[in-house]
Amino acid sequence: MKYSLVIMKKELSSYFNSAIAYIFFTLFLVITGFLFFRLYFLIGVVSMNDFFSIIPWIFLIFIPSVTMKSWAEEKKNGTMEVLLTMPVKDVELVSGKFLAGSLFVLIAIILTSAVPLLVSMTGELDWGPVITSYIGLAFLASSYVAIGNLISSFTSNQVSAFLITAVTAFILMIIGTEPVYSVFPASMGDLIRNLSLSYHFQSIQRGVLDSRDVIYYLSIIFLFVFYNIRSLESRNW
Amino acid sequence: MDVMIELSGVSKNYGQLKAAENISFSLHKGEILGFLGPNGAGKTTVMKIITGFMPPDSGNVKIKGVGISKDPVGTRKSIGYLPENNPLYTDMTVEEYLRFIASMRGLGDPDKAISSALSKCGISNVSHRIIGHLSKGYRQRVGLAQAIIHDPEILILDEPVNGLDPKQIAEIRTLIRDLGKEKTVILCSHILSEVEAVADRVVIINEGRIVADDRIENLRERSKGGNIFVLELLEIPVDAIEKIKEIQCVIKAEPSGAGIFRIVAAGEKETSNLIFETAVRNNWKLAQLYMEGSSLENMFLDLTEGGKK
Repeated sequence: MKYSLVIMKKELSSYFNSAIAYIFFTLFLVITGFLFFRLYFLIGVVSMNDFFSIIPWIFLIFIPSVTMKSWAEEKKNGTMEVLLTMPVKDVELVSGKFLAGSLFVLIAIILTSAVPLLVSMTGELDWGPVITSYIGLAFLASSYVAIGNLISSFTSNQVSAFLITAVTAFILMIIGTEPVYSVFPASMGDLIRNLSLSYHFQSIQRGVLDSRDVIYYLSIIFLFVFYNIRSLESRNW
Repeated sequence: MDVMIELSGVSKNYGQLKAAENISFSLHKGEILGFLGPNGAGKTTVMKIITGFMPPDSGNVKIKGVGISKDPVGTRKSIGYLPENNPLYTDMTVEEYLRFIASMRGLGDPDKAISSALSKCGISNVSHRIIGHLSKGYRQRVGLAQAIIHDPEILILDEPVNGLDPKQIAEIRTLIRDLGKEKTVILCSHILSEVEAVADRVVIINEGRIVADDRIENLRERSKGGNIFVLELLEIPVDAIEKIKEIQCVIKAEPSGAGIFRIVAAGEKETSNLIFETAVRNNWKLAQLYMEGSSLENMFLDLTEGGKK
């Protein structure tokens, strides 16, 4: 665990030492803020619902851009060889990278708390669903990170890591939307919807933190982190 | 003597390509081993296996008697590794990088380890600079500092002087020789003189197989009688070949181009002199006379080209 934190620190400082982190945060806040407030004043209802519906889709672009380099860059630069010959277990390396990515995205999520504060000034805001939605966002974002890190470990090309992650996450999102799952027969459609990242988030967004949804996200994270460890074990590049 | 590294029957394939085939050797404490072979011979593959970067398809590697598959984390502790092409985090400063490595290695007193590695490698003066801004020679030293920061008993250096200028090469060589006084070292290279300058023993590998494993003196001894001398004359005397063949210790002589003779003979400088004297005695007009590479070099070429035929 100690070494996971060492890796995490190294990853985070590599984000914050360059302009990437600040550009990322600024763009993320401006884009989410713009997309939300553009309609907020037209609709005139004091609710954060639209905000939390937009963010998962914005994540599709932003999170792969965070995770694309995690392993791909190490492989490309050859630093993977330094990293993997350290007296550290693979699980510590993988969890360190996962923690770093999740923490980074979590900071971006926390920064958006300016939005509900602004909204609460315009009227009576129901904070319950806002808080559960934030918790849901943290789970959703961490799942994206776990997926992105695994995909980054398959390639040394950051652009392909970005694109494949975005596509994978997109598929896992849209299978929870009605136009997609309703194509399938009812029982199968239900299963597919249950596997989606978006369905569980929608359920949390309503203001109820159901253990089923939490278990779903934890399983997704565990699964992808586990396969990330496996993919390091089968190193043959 | 303690056996530090022991490889037995190590093989590794990349698809159809046999990168390492039945590699076995062992290395005792304090030895400096030159691991020599042409590019693509499988040197780096073997190093990657010893350092635990990737597992062999078959065979065993033991570090200080412990199998690396049994205790991958423990065995890595006693190894310092400078991988091929010296990969570094170029956006970090030298000190940040070494601090990261020190924490990854769980060193008790990182400050002391860092300053000692910095001074051993002569880079204390650039410790606050960003690695990406350093010259190649300095970067190589940073890589070495990374490899020795935990004062490992075993040091594995893969092409440590590749791409450096002659002055830097000399400096790095001295550094390696100093480190070799107290450590067991494997030095990988495709250049014989590199290995010859620092190693006690040489393993020559070609197309994934060991073709020679001996002490440098023994190899030199074995290669006696195989030096190639090149003699170029301005005019071509009719009986030149016969006259050359009469020289003592000449094994073979053949013309190669206009007025040029390639002579295989034992000995080094004395033989040159004998050839020269023959030329003077017969009033040949000498254009040039030189020894084409050292005896070891010929042997290295023979061993590594022999495999291709």
